[in-house]
Amino acid sequence: MSEPAVLEGGKRSRLHISTTDVAIDIINMNKWYGDFHVLKNINLKVMRGERIVICGPSGSGKSTMIRCINRLEQHQSGNIVVDGIELTNDLKRIDEIRREVGMVFQHFNLFPHLTILENCTLAPIWVRRMSKRDAEKVAMEYLSRVRIPEQANKYPGQLSGGQQQRVAIARALCMNPRIMLFDEPTSALDPEMIKEVLEVMVDLAEEGMTMLCVTHEMGFARQVANRVIFMDAGQIIEQNEPEQFFTNPQHERTKLFLSQILH
Amino acid sequence: MTTAHDLAYVRKEEEPILAPPRHEVGAIKWMRTNLFSSATNTALTIFGILFLLWTVPPLINWAFISAVWTGDSREDCIVPGAGACWAFVKAKFGQFMYGRYTLSERWRVDLTGILLIAGLIPMAIPRVPWKRQNALYLLVVFPILAVILLLGGYFGLPYVETALWGGLLVTLVVAITGMVISMPLGILLALGRRSNLPVIRFLSVVFIEFWRGVPLITVLFMASVMLPIFLPPGVNFDKLLRALIGVALFSSAYMAEVVRGGLQAIARGQYEAAQALGLSYWRMMRLIILPQALKVVIPGIVNSFISLFKDTSLVLIVGLFDLLGIIQLNFSDTTWTSPNTPATGYAFAAFVFWLFCFLMSRYSIYTERRLNTGYRR
Repeated sequence: MSEPAVLEGGKRSRLHISTTDVAIDIINMNKWYGDFHVLKNINLKVMRGERIVICGPSGSGKSTMIRCINRLEQHQSGNIVVDGIELTNDLKRIDEIRREVGMVFQHFNLFPHLTILENCTLAPIWVRRMSKRDAEKVAMEYLSRVRIPEQANKYPGQLSGGQQQRVAIARALCMNPRIMLFDEPTSALDPEMIKEVLEVMVDLAEEGMTMLCVTHEMGFARQVANRVIFMDAGQIIEQNEPEQFFTNPQHERTKLFLSQILH
Repeated sequence: MTTAHDLAYVRKEEEPILAPPRHEVGAIKWMRTNLFSSATNTALTIFGILFLLWTVPPLINWAFISAVWTGDSREDCIVPGAGACWAFVKAKFGQFMYGRYTLSERWRVDLTGILLIAGLIPMAIPRVPWKRQNALYLLVVFPILAVILLLGGYFGLPYVETALWGGLLVTLVVAITGMVISMPLGILLALGRRSNLPVIRFLSVVFIEFWRGVPLITVLFMASVMLPIFLPPGVNFDKLLRALIGVALFSSAYMAEVVRGGLQAIARGQYEAAQALGLSYWRMMRLIILPQALKVVIPGIVNSFISLFKDTSLVLIVGLFDLLGIIQLNFSDTTWTSPNTPATGYAFAAFVFWLFCFLMSRYSIYTERRLNTGYRR
């Protein structure tokens, strides 16, 4: 495990988590791939300002779960309410939710035929109907925040993995989302580049962004998350605040998982 | 270096950066790797050189040195030892270009050609601005102008029926119309075939498989022989128009499969990233997926265009005389019958076809390089 960027002592506790404002509400959600029951009766309520880390063995359904939140995957039963909007087959609502929910992928998924700046301005211009000039201004702000404004006119192929992932974060932020989903954002990176991406994510957490993050960076979880969720075989097995989760896991499977990834 | 006794090692100075050995660069390296890399390769190189020595000089002799460049009739071309009868091409050049298009109206064809080139050149050069207006001109304004100019009947221009059109004019009209229609139609069919909506998918598959399963000759035959049977009597539409529709639909089916290949080459992550940003289906396709998919299949698209360009010769079957057709037709002109006339005519046709296809090929390679942004994933 690489050393994570650290939130300075006490800072985390000062981050505001709303007690009334629900960002995401998943109720009795089930999903199947053909006959295979991938997500089993998921219940999860995320309050605004929460920073949740989801971990678990591969195939446990953690990616699938967060991909259901912006309808990259479709659930078959139960309810998902995002930002007060219930996810149904209604395309309008799906688009509405996608505008408010940013996503960062394991393999960055930048658009290779567009420059970094164009990657960042595309959705604000076409979806938010921003003028090109405003969109570029916003994009440059976020590119500065992820510390690569000087790369704006390059193409994704010319950047390192860590830089690409930071662009991907900036691209999502340009839509000014209220919730950010991270799907294993550092799993495809070289060890040297993990830190620069985690630092950007820590910055984001400090600003109070509601974040759901599938990751195996336990150091990041310990320092930034207010809640850690462990999933296995399509179910939520255990959740707790990070300190308790790591030092005092209750379920046998959690203990086994932690013993294997923490040395 | 480390030895078995000395496991610890610390570098004291950087290794210098050296130039590669002489035999690893330049012409010598190229010849070593490409011409003489093995015994077989060396033998093939020698064989190739001998073959070229055997074929090229007589060809040059026929086409240039003993060719007949000027003359008024076959008398000039049947002298003993004469090569290509270029005088024949010179005398018939007008027909080869315009067919039987009314002599006094041929300036209209020239003007159409100039209007086309005036739109194509700035479009083809990436640095020239106003691409949007330029495309509008080429796809909307020019076709209307071309129809008015070529067909006539408006603005005091005498009507020239399409039965009189011929030569390179017909070749280009059929080829360009086919390309311009098959591209968007092919894209729509490819998207339709990958659609989630079963009805659209089914219709696309049926269309594509029908047109791909039928030879172009059959399509043209059906268009000219069978279509009139089904149409109510009195309705008779133009022979050239029928051929144009047949060729366009036929090549759309091929284009659809080429584009589908490109769509399949795009990683799922690209779709997901576009969707996650809230882009609608059509915006996602137009802004993210198609630009990448079409770039991947530029060689395939140009391949289709080139084969379409050459397939235009098949319109001969329905009584239209394209470049090749009109050249063949002129072989029977007794003023020019000579042993070398057909060979000369075919050589000229081959050269014109080759020229157009070669230009398309080179431009596609240039475009591929230009669009390469060096992304691997």
